[in-house]
Formats: sequence, structure tokens, C-alpha cells
Amino acid sequence: MDRIKTIETRDLCASVTTGGCGECQTSCQSAKTSCVANQPCENNEQ
Amino acid sequence: MVHQYKLDGYNIVLDTCSGSVHLVDEVAYDIIALYPDHTPDEICRRILADYPDRPDVTEEEVRACIGDVAALEKDRKLFTPDTYAPMAADYKNHSNVIKALCLHVAHTCNLSCSYCFASQGKYQGERALMSFEVGKQALDFLVAHSGARRNLEVDFFGGEPLMNWQVVKDLVAYARSLESIHNKNFRFTLTTNGVLLDDEVIDFCNREMHNVVLSLDGRKEVHDRFRKDYAGNGSYDAIVPKFQHFVERRGDKSYYIRGTFTHHNTDFVNDILHMADLGFTELSMEPVVCSPEDPCALTQEDLPILFQQYETLAREMLRRQREGRPFTFYHYILDLKHGPCIYKRISGCGSGTEYMAVTPWGELFPCHQFVGDPKYSLGNIWDGVTNTAIQDEFRSCNAYARPECADCWARLYCSGGCAANSYHASGSIRGIYPYGCELFKKRMECAIMLQVAQSQDAQA
Repeated sequence: MDRIKTIETRDLCASVTTGGCGECQTSCQSAKTSCVANQPCENNEQ
Repeated sequence: MVHQYKLDGYNIVLDTCSGSVHLVDEVAYDIIALYPDHTPDEICRRILADYPDRPDVTEEEVRACIGDVAALEKDRKLFTPDTYAPMAADYKNHSNVIKALCLHVAHTCNLSCSYCFASQGKYQGERALMSFEVGKQALDFLVAHSGARRNLEVDFFGGEPLMNWQVVKDLVAYARSLESIHNKNFRFTLTTNGVLLDDEVIDFCNREMHNVVLSLDGRKEVHDRFRKDYAGNGSYDAIVPKFQHFVERRGDKSYYIRGTFTHHNTDFVNDILHMADLGFTELSMEPVVCSPEDPCALTQEDLPILFQQYETLAREMLRRQREGRPFTFYHYILDLKHGPCIYKRISGCGSGTEYMAVTPWGELFPCHQFVGDPKYSLGNIWDGVTNTAIQDEFRSCNAYARPECADCWARLYCSGGCAANSYHASGSIRGIYPYGCELFKKRMECAIMLQVAQSQDAQA
């Protein structure tokens, strides 16, 4: 019986090697008082 | 670290360090809760005792589920150990790139909102407008310190930036002239109260501004309570038609209708839905930033009401999405598949290091919320950062900087939170703002629940 459904997510462990390009926006450049998870990643090769 | 919670009929298990999200039934939910501290035999006994009347809960079934949990642990999708702490300080110490500036083009405002964190745009100082020469130097400073980074962000902020509109336009033109020379791409944001919006401003913004943030607090009586002009008149009737016109002309370019909620409208979901009913679809609503003594400050008694409101908002968003009339709430934007990498998640918001605010006089501060506090002056756009001790303090802010965060499941979502909020709440940017933490965690639970619900809808 399938009691656990895993939702597809970015593997943070793998992003140790694929991440870190730094092209993403700083958090406060978004919509200024209570800002990282809401930010998009801008590395299209992730 | 694993975080488990139940919301709106969904049993959700979040594996903090891998980012994995699992939707489970109640039996698996209980098994996962027991798994770290109990043997398989103990788990079996407990589960069989807890579900005596369930024909589907047999020893064979329970052991199979324990096996599934063990397999997920082996695949680093459950109970993933935290190995990121040593990377947190290291990553920021190796980066000296500045990638964003908040240009305070106007330390003045044509509204007199009593809850304004910037003291009606003056930031505890004199009224002032940024000259083109100061703005030009700020852009040169940004390019010179941006390293190999191509995308540069510039936010026109105030006060009310439209009170210095010609300088805004001239600075955009100057920045565009730098792009091909330095292989840069400027992305501009404008934050406005809307009073001075006209077709010329709208057309320019729709051509040049990557994003616009339009200040509206929601229902007329809520908005007009604080957002008045100097004669004491509310601004709702004047700005709402302008915002509607602006957004209609904006096409598919980014915008946010951005409101503030206070102790006086803890039913803020009604304000968000009012925005949606006005035809706006990209919405943001933030808790007020003010001293605890202020009558509009949120209280401990408000907290359970706000939790309910965030849950109500998530349900309403889901309902409207299923009806084909969706809207976006900034804090519920969560891209589970392509969201931020681990470096972004551990290194904090970037204030004081890769993001700074520039006053009309060219002084540098870690972010807009520190402007006007002389202790936090970093330097200026001609000499650069001269107060390296303050910058080092900000560089040390990350998801692992605060002992209070060590056991928090949400630290890779907030990255340690807002330094300004921490400073105002605790007197130190390395402190925490517990009230903000509680709101943030509730928002993340709702945001993840929405993602789970949408993934189930897509499969149905």
C-alpha cells in the first residue's frame, strides 16, 4: 500500500555542486520588510 | 531534521536538509514520528495498538512502511543530516560582489502615513532629493563592484520616488548606456504610493521597470486609516483607479500590489481578497514594522488570529485557482522543483554585503531599514565601504549565525531572517525576532501545503 507520496523537489544536497552561481536577486529586491525561499533561482542549468 | 504537520486534510512531512516534501497517510505520519527513537518492533507494537480497528493496518503493512521510510532515509530524502554549516560563512567570505542597490531618490513624500518605518520618508533626517550626479556615481559604484555578475538590480525607493521623477528617468538612461560597455543587464524596480502616476510615468515604467511595487493596504477604510495626505485625506479613491490602469497597461510584466497590515486589521485576508476583487493578481501583504508601544503594533494576542488568517488565505487561493481565477501571494510563492540552491538558503538576505541602500547624499547603509541610523553607516559611493567592522558583522549573518535557529526546521527557508527586524527586536542583527519567526513558519507551512495540493490536483 502506497502510504508515502514524495513530491518532486530540488535536491538541496545535489545543489552543493550545481548551485552557487550568484545570479539570483537579493531577497530584499522583491515585493521590503520580511523577506529566501520565495526567490527564484536564475541558473537555468540546475 | 524532519518537520511534520497537518493542514487542510494533508499530512505533510518536510525533510529540512534535502528539501524533500512527502504527502503521507496518518499511519505513515505516525511511523515517521516514531522512527528516529524506536526500533521497528517498538513501532509495530505502537501502531498496531493505535489502529486496532483498521483492517489495512497489519504487521506486514507496518513493516513495509517502515522499510519505505528506511529507503527514503538511505536516499537522503528523510532524516538527511545537516552538513551545510561549514559552508555558510565560507561562501560569503569568498564573495565581495555587490549586485543590488536601493537608491533613495527621494527622502520626502506626498503622503503622511503614520505607520511609515521611514518617518514619512525623511528617515529621521532632512527632506532631500537625490541629484543625478549622486545617482550616476552610485551606478558607477555598483558596476565597479559587481565583478563578473551580469544581472544588476536597482530599486528606486523613498519616500516617494516619483517626487524625483526626472532623475529616475535620467538614471535609467545612464544605466542603459553602461550595459553594453560592461556586459551588464540592469533590472529596475520602482516602489510608489501612486499619487503622481500618470500615463507618461506608466508608459516609462512599463518599458523600463522590471518590477513595480504599488502600495495599497486593501479595503478603503483600512487603506485610508493610515495612508493620508498632509491635509488628512485618505488616498484610496485617488490611487486605486490609477493602479488598475497601470496594471491593465502592464501586460505580463511583473508588479506587486503591496499592503501593510496592523493590529487594526488582523482580518487582513479580507484586504487581500479586496485587492483580488479589484482585478489585481500579484499581491503582497506584510506585517507592520513599528515599535511595540505603537497602537498599530501586532500583539501576542493577535498571533493565533494571524495564523488562522494565513490558513484561510491558502484555502481561498486554492479555491479560486480551482475556479480558474487564481491570484499570487508573494509569501506563498515557492518553487519546490527549481527554487533557490543551498548556497542562497544558507547565506542570508545579502544586506550589507551584496545589497546596500544609498541615501540622497551618497551615504551607504546595509539596507533601507538601517538608513538614518548613524551606527550603521557603511561609507559612501565615492570612497566605498569604509566601516568594514559593520560589514563584517553583516557578512557573518547566515542561517547558522544564531543559536536560537539551531533546532528550527525553517532556517533553510528564511536563511536567518531579516537583520533589521532582528536588530529592532533584540538590539543585535545577530538576534532574532521571535514574532516574525512564528509568522514566517506559518506562512511556509501554508506555502508548502499549497504546493502539495496543487501537485495532487495536477495528478487528478
